[in-house]
Amino acid sequence: MTERTPPLHAVHEDAGASFTDFGGWEMPVEFESIRTEHRAVRDSAGIFDVSHMGEIAVSGPDAERLLQRLTTNDVTALDPGQAQYAMITDEDGTILDDTVVYDLPADRDADYLFIPNAGHDEQLSDRWVDHRDEWGLDATVENRTDDYAMLALQGPEAEERLLDPVAESQRTAICDLSRFSAITATVGGVDCLIARTGYTGEDGFELIVPTESVETVWREFDCQPCGLGARDTLRIEMGFLLSGQDFDPEDNSRNPYEAGVGFTVKLDTEFVGRDALERVDAEGVAEKLTGFRLVDRGVPRQGYTVQDLDGEAIGTVTSGTMSPTLDQPIGLAYLPVEYRSPGVNVQVVVRGEPKKAQTQALPFLDR
Amino acid sequence: MSFEIPDDCRFLNSHEWARREDGTARIGISDFAQDELGDVVFVELPAEGDAVTKGEDFGVIESIKAVSDLYAPVSGTVVAVNDDLVDAPELVNEDPYGDGWMLDVEVDDESELDDLLSPEAYDDQIA
Repeated sequence: MTERTPPLHAVHEDAGASFTDFGGWEMPVEFESIRTEHRAVRDSAGIFDVSHMGEIAVSGPDAERLLQRLTTNDVTALDPGQAQYAMITDEDGTILDDTVVYDLPADRDADYLFIPNAGHDEQLSDRWVDHRDEWGLDATVENRTDDYAMLALQGPEAEERLLDPVAESQRTAICDLSRFSAITATVGGVDCLIARTGYTGEDGFELIVPTESVETVWREFDCQPCGLGARDTLRIEMGFLLSGQDFDPEDNSRNPYEAGVGFTVKLDTEFVGRDALERVDAEGVAEKLTGFRLVDRGVPRQGYTVQDLDGEAIGTVTSGTMSPTLDQPIGLAYLPVEYRSPGVNVQVVVRGEPKKAQTQALPFLDR
Repeated sequence: MSFEIPDDCRFLNSHEWARREDGTARIGISDFAQDELGDVVFVELPAEGDAVTKGEDFGVIESIKAVSDLYAPVSGTVVAVNDDLVDAPELVNEDPYGDGWMLDVEVDDESELDDLLSPEAYDDQIA
């Protein structure tokens, strides 16, 4: 597969970034250091190039119905300019991807937009087209991933950093923007869709920018550039899911209740996977995504075994890191529900050695 | 980007360095290696009196993003361990050839040091 590169690749290279493959995209993983970038976001502000995220536009008389039937949340609850977090599930209720669905403001050139994870844009755009045709709905589905770049400006100072390059007449609207709301605003003369969303637990914004103008917008912000390394440590501290890792239809098949995102499932709506999830909701789940911290020294990483104190395997680490904020090794694992309450002693096998660990409530950080 | 390569160190392909010091050799990892690893959060080292063998692993280094074995550039007996790394593993990032050293080893065969990569050869390797 040919590697896709974000439009700012050369800019990041000049800034001394190192790169990694992520979902078929060659993305900056680190600029300065993960710890420095992480701290910038927790203490002031950082900016991420997240152009690996997809953009799929859905328009037409049945656009709302199509999205309603392919995502777990209630799209009809959205007014123009509002967004929601949702799961995309199959008939069995297994999460295929997580996404943010935008009911776009009236000044945009499409009715709805949803954001698949890296490398899922083609598959999900096909899924939308196939179901539209199967259900005979009147809607257009366009994969606009190559038309847009996406930036995330995150941190307690994100708002003031954003206001600077925004047209003066639009500043009040930016300040008034509530979480999961979006408007069109002009940054450095470029029209962007700006949403008060993010993946860090801090206040912040995501900007969807025309590909050809993203360098102009990027250069408007004088703050710490951050790579996927810090994006990962920030989201793990919040217990946010990473598609393909904390759930994966092939390797780690999970439903929203197991993954701790049951709040995105609206059983009073009609969607693919609803009936299966209604049964899961009634019967309860055997395992849940559980936070833990290592008491012993070491760093938990994806794939490490979690065991009980008798050495019996009870789960596998799906995400783990040394938390830069807490200065503690933390991780996520699907464990039997009896391990759900915080403070239960378990072990994580780190390179053959069982290390003491303790379950902990999510998120790891209060925000 | 250019990395520091001191004249008085010799190197393994796997980026550990050794520096001759009065019958012992001091061991650590190179500037290039610490940069590749990023923020070091944990270093697991042998104890004083343990034997290390050239080319075999003697410990583990963990950064936020990766975990890596450490390989001994020479064979011998550990006579000192840098205990500062327990509470300040970031010294490996800040000063890989100085305060970020790892072990002092009483070398079994000093000629092993001569078999390691010269600073020039190591520079070529990481170029």
